[in-house]
Amino acid sequence: MTTALGNEIVDGLLKALQLIFSGNPTVVEISLRSILISGLATILAFMWGLPVATILGLRKFRGRFLLKGFFNAMLGIPTVALGLILYLFFSNTGPIGFLRLLYDPVGMIIGEAILVTPITVSFTTNAIESVDPEIKDLAKTLGASETEASIAVLKESINGVVLAVTASFNRAIAELGVALMVGGNIAGLTSVLTTVIALETNKGNIELSIALAIILFLIVFALTISMNMIQRRRT
Amino acid sequence: MRRTFFIWMSLLVLAVIVSVAGTKYYLRASMRERVIISTTSSLYDTGLLNAIETRFEAEHLIDLNFISVGTGIAIQHAQRGDADIILVHSPTDELRFLTGGTGVNRKIFAYNFFTIVGPETDPAQIRNSTPFQALSKIVESGRNGTAKWVSRGDNSGTHAKEKSLWTDAGFDWKILAKESWYINVGSAMGETLKKGDYFSAYTLADLGTYLKYYNDGLISLKVLVEQQKDLLNVYSAIAVNQTLHPRVNFDGAITLMKFLISNEGQQIIEQYGKDEYGQSLFYPAVQLLKENSDPTIAQWIRDYAFFNGSECPPEYRKGYPELYN
Repeated sequence: MTTALGNEIVDGLLKALQLIFSGNPTVVEISLRSILISGLATILAFMWGLPVATILGLRKFRGRFLLKGFFNAMLGIPTVALGLILYLFFSNTGPIGFLRLLYDPVGMIIGEAILVTPITVSFTTNAIESVDPEIKDLAKTLGASETEASIAVLKESINGVVLAVTASFNRAIAELGVALMVGGNIAGLTSVLTTVIALETNKGNIELSIALAIILFLIVFALTISMNMIQRRRT
Repeated sequence: MRRTFFIWMSLLVLAVIVSVAGTKYYLRASMRERVIISTTSSLYDTGLLNAIETRFEAEHLIDLNFISVGTGIAIQHAQRGDADIILVHSPTDELRFLTGGTGVNRKIFAYNFFTIVGPETDPAQIRNSTPFQALSKIVESGRNGTAKWVSRGDNSGTHAKEKSLWTDAGFDWKILAKESWYINVGSAMGETLKKGDYFSAYTLADLGTYLKYYNDGLISLKVLVEQQKDLLNVYSAIAVNQTLHPRVNFDGAITLMKFLISNEGQQIIEQYGKDEYGQSLFYPAVQLLKENSDPTIAQWIRDYAFFNGSECPPEYRKGYPELYN
């Protein structure tokens, strides 16, 4: 029994590597879709997250701590819970059903973006806050406008922002709940690395699952390492 | 200050609109009309629907998007208007779906049999018994600790069948479910078979999924009770009423339905699995019902899955009379 199990793992691994290196179209397609969806979701999250983080990090206003606390608390939001909420909203009978976002890549992008927004906001806010406040004042005394001074601070906190990008993307590509409940794992349209790994294993497509798991691991690993290198070069 | 904020905001809104529209365009550019099918997992997990999809998409400008769930969830999807058509196998639930008004134009397109599978050693000695005897024996052995039962527990068609078999055998499944030998796995058919295999337990399976998993070497459970009237399994397609959910693709759904009951579609069903598994996983039902070619089985299907002597009584039909010629 143990040898059979060992063989299954070794065989599966070998066949998985074959699938990866022969450029199996299914493997390539699913991987690219995963990267595209998670990448666009990260960009979207930054488009609305960066202004929020800048305001949270630089301005003092009533309710700031409450808002910060909210984003911090949302860091660990269970993905299936968010998936369920989004399903109810996107569903045809839901409030925004007319947008036809359910079982659609665009719906997945928006869902993943919402999921990673707390990471984007919290990490970036922290990075901005850790910048010496004198930099902003200095920029202003040198004649910079409010926006230009904010940009100067953002530049100083770039390492933290890079970390926020990496963490957001990694969360988006590695999560299952939203991808499955909003996307529905439709072959050729919304199936991504995690949903296929979860569902194909049960259909006996172990090699495919292992191949995709290796790819998922490599993507996350490669991205994190290259981001680290960028950071190190800057400092 | 206020102007800066305004510029920030309008840039943000613009960026969001452009990126969403851009992606939508990019991802949709190559896409054709789509039909969303919520289907019982057995038809999808066996690979039958892949075979149908390939042939269908070669002939029609329609993309088939399958969501593989249980019959219960498929009906829920349909009721919310999230699916255009459902493929299901639980006549009682189907009738409720039709009378509710959401489901229209039901067509029976295939059948096979449920089967009680279990470990080769057969600790409860159910081989060659009737389904009801078998269940009684399993309960007895379960209670003295020699056998286990794995239940789908997911409101699927097979789960509905299992519950009705327990009832007909004289048991209350709700009480059995609390006993330790009764394992509720809440999973699709294939996963349930694998869990049953792991626990060396008995379970109810549709023959199609069982054969696929057995022949692929994923499980070693054996068929112990099979091919009887009480274990009949009938698959039908039901479209979602466009009057209730105006955004569903009704015409696309009917196109798929017509393909399923066409000679070509029926032949795919009959042929599927013959090469790989040595026998069909599903049997076509259209000709059988029309020409009464096997009167016994045709009668079983009528007894089990017809409502008021029809696969779809006229009050549940909507347009497309040619479906019922």
